[in-house]
Amino acid sequence: MNLKKILLISGSILVIAAVGIFAADHIDAPAVEGTTSDITDLYAFQAPDNNSNLVFNVNTQGLLSPSATQNASFDPSQMIEINIDNNGDLVEDLVIQCVFTENEVFAYGPTAPPSTGTTSGVNLDAQQVSTEITQSGESPVVGTSNGISLFAGPRDDPFFFDFERYTAIINGNESSFRDPGVDTFAGTNVMSLVVEVPKNMLGNAETLNVWATTNSRTN
Amino acid sequence: MKSFKLLSLLFLAATLTLLGCGDDNGPEPPVPQDAMFSQSDQVGRPAINTVFVSSGSKDAFNTTVPSNMKGQYQQPFENKLMALNPNYSKNALGQNAATFTTLLSNDVLNVATSGKTTFFDGQNVLTGRSLSDDVIDTELLLIFGGPDGSENPGLTSDNVDSNDKNFLDSFPYLAAPHQ
Repeated sequence: MNLKKILLISGSILVIAAVGIFAADHIDAPAVEGTTSDITDLYAFQAPDNNSNLVFNVNTQGLLSPSATQNASFDPSQMIEINIDNNGDLVEDLVIQCVFTENEVFAYGPTAPPSTGTTSGVNLDAQQVSTEITQSGESPVVGTSNGISLFAGPRDDPFFFDFERYTAIINGNESSFRDPGVDTFAGTNVMSLVVEVPKNMLGNAETLNVWATTNSRTN
Repeated sequence: MKSFKLLSLLFLAATLTLLGCGDDNGPEPPVPQDAMFSQSDQVGRPAINTVFVSSGSKDAFNTTVPSNMKGQYQQPFENKLMALNPNYSKNALGQNAATFTTLLSNDVLNVATSGKTTFFDGQNVLTGRSLSDDVIDTELLLIFGGPDGSENPGLTSDNVDSNDKNFLDSFPYLAAPHQ
């Protein structure tokens, strides 16, 4: 990454903080900005190589330069939770709860949550899969158990957007996007959690409502 | 005395057996049984908090459960939509401002359990979010494009159509990090 790009990205961060606009969910709110609990994006899709599975991907700690990536880590005081509503009432019926040690990631579930809402424990009695956290430059280390696959480690940020130009438009300095646009997130990494789950563990609904949360240890 | 020793041995053996079972279930749990966690950040659809939530409410939105979101945020979202696009009437899904912002204020990702999973691929709408989906263009189109997508042509695409790296065909699907 050259200096100009770093300056551009640094400038964008300042603008995001000042104006508060859109870059998926990167740096979306003051309390989480720049912390290990800042989610950038949630993806949920049918596994490209297996129609019977759904893939959930939660990315955190956006805009990591390659050098910053070397020092980035998952936070053992954080729990990343994938929430799944399978009866349409917008309350989680199933959760996949992911916690970390310095070197390992553990995923519990899908399982009924110990409690719904914004405060919860981890259902340590649920089915679980664990694996080593993959280091930058290493081939992906994948844990598999009961048909569930788990990965945690740095990856290229899959998000793309000419955020710099959008900012200029919102600030009134430009009136339209440029063509071609410039991907502000090119060359940056995120800390990525990927869980692939057999669909038959998620209930019988035709449509699920899914959201991801980060949760900070309180005791 | 002898029977007491025997009982002790039996108890010890039972304890060891239980410990042994624990080991068979995998490594020690990384957190204690009574560990509690409190929500910090929350994401459903892309960019909702950043675009539609006013600066003073962003932290509060992140700790609002989805079942309470519509009641607290639909009207502010509608106000924000009309500020972004004062000429908004309907979007390409045929939704007026109230209907569109009701959908958005319930900030969850809808995911189909059969068939194509995509934010929008030209045919399927809001059936998931795949890595390659151009979600920004979809949101720009729905906010600025009007009923047939033709309004504000300079604002309905950022003209970045794909990621800077190719995705993988197999797990974990995301591309390797930049070195």
